[in-house]
Amino acid sequence: MAHISIQNVSVDFPLYHAESRSLKKTLFAVASGRIKEDSHHRPVVEALRHVSIDLKSGDRLGLIGANGAGKTTLLRCMAGIYEPFSGDIATQGAVTALLDPGQGMNPELTGRENIMLRGLFNGLTPSQIAQLQADVATFSELSQFLELPVRTYSSGMVVRLGFALATAMKPQILLMDEWILAGDASFMTKARHRLETMVRGAEILVLSTHSPVIIMQWCNRVIWMDRGRVKADGTPEEILSAYLPPDQFSHAMAVAAVSV
Amino acid sequence: MTDTPSPEPAPLPASYQLVSANRSFAQRAAMALADISQTISLWRLVWTLSVFDIRLRYRGSVLGPLWLTLSTAVMIVALGFLYSQLFHISLTDFLPFISLSLVLWTFLSTIVAEGCLCFTGQEAMLRAMRMPLSMHAARVVIRNVFVLGHNILVVVLVFAIMRLLPGKYIFLEIPAFALWMIDAFATCLILGVFCARFRDVPPIVTSVMQIAFFVTPVIWSPALIQHRGRIFLETWNPMFDLLDIIRAPLLNTPISGTIWMIALGYSTLLVLAASYVFMRFRPRVTYWI
Repeated sequence: MAHISIQNVSVDFPLYHAESRSLKKTLFAVASGRIKEDSHHRPVVEALRHVSIDLKSGDRLGLIGANGAGKTTLLRCMAGIYEPFSGDIATQGAVTALLDPGQGMNPELTGRENIMLRGLFNGLTPSQIAQLQADVATFSELSQFLELPVRTYSSGMVVRLGFALATAMKPQILLMDEWILAGDASFMTKARHRLETMVRGAEILVLSTHSPVIIMQWCNRVIWMDRGRVKADGTPEEILSAYLPPDQFSHAMAVAAVSV
Repeated sequence: MTDTPSPEPAPLPASYQLVSANRSFAQRAAMALADISQTISLWRLVWTLSVFDIRLRYRGSVLGPLWLTLSTAVMIVALGFLYSQLFHISLTDFLPFISLSLVLWTFLSTIVAEGCLCFTGQEAMLRAMRMPLSMHAARVVIRNVFVLGHNILVVVLVFAIMRLLPGKYIFLEIPAFALWMIDAFATCLILGVFCARFRDVPPIVTSVMQIAFFVTPVIWSPALIQHRGRIFLETWNPMFDLLDIIRAPLLNTPISGTIWMIALGYSTLLVLAASYVFMRFRPRVTYWI
């Protein structure tokens, strides 16, 4: 049984190297009034505040909220990348995080070498790695490009490789950011098919997105993040009707109803 | 569009993980140890990453990693001739010493320089998925052991040409090298954490290492100043003792127990400091990158 239990989690981002940090991130934080000082009078961005979420098998959680509301930070905490300042995060089950297209790949290495590294990270044997390479090559349709360094790929090709790689091994908990839904049309159909089988197999899905249609199609629970806090938690209909203007909500419902 | 059938994906091994911010000393220690033991279990990944690092550096070049050997050889021969003239020592005496010293020093100073960047240089990896942090430190160490392996060929060649054989003290190389590995790993952990937090540390470390090169008997032999007794440069310089525990047995000179004791003492301090820094700041590094 997969399980994620997040209890009273808070995360602050220290602004030590403010000038070298993402200017965008800082601006969003300023805009939402979340630059504070911690107990040592260091400037910090309050990324998450007292978040408590309990997820069990079968949950398909959608995260919505404005830019800088803490959706991606929450996903990174669930993945164990950021360890929180206060609170506990317990996860039961293998986690795969599809957070950015690069997937931590080394752009100087070839696609095949990057696949090999991922396989080794997941403790695969050489024959399993060969199978993984074959699977990724078939799915991403990048066969001859896999011998080239990843930096020579177009951004669409990087998405394909990253997606194929991350979905080639079956997790129990799948964490996704919305970039995944930004490929070319033909690949998207294929990706969606693969994701659907994966999501059926994954016991917990957490998806951060701005698309109400995606939420309606994929999720059975939605959390609305606002300034690092859980603003609302409920069924997609409940939350989206509060989150979206009425006309956009009825449009999303209509589109979702048609495409299902 | 054709739907290509793919084999059933392999399920990832299930795991339980608790990340808690309410950490006691014992919990911090347990998490730091878990991090290091994960790194050990991922040794195949560390190995492959290190091989790729070296391969990448020389991708497209004709000689490949042989350049490591070649450029070291050029440096050693040039410095050997130069300093044997300056110091009025015979090349036969000096060349084995300088070749060994320079190769070992290169390892030491590269560990320090690359250890500084072991976390800041891996931003994409650190942010993409949860990985043991100490893996990045281990990667720097293993990569530089490979470089050392290439460079040591020059020393072997010099010894062969001079018809020198390491004598009866050679068995001391085993504990000495083991100590070097532990120290190198600890150094990378400390410097990696500090340099992630304070971006001014790498240039400071670089200039300290430049000075260290001259105050440590690397190009000058301690035998040169023997008549003046053990000068303070030897007494208070941990690098001298650490260098000597490897260098002396290969040059077939006896090594005093004091030097080993000093080397062990400094290493203990280093490991204790690294343990504290890693336990205390391990969860913070990802935020600092």
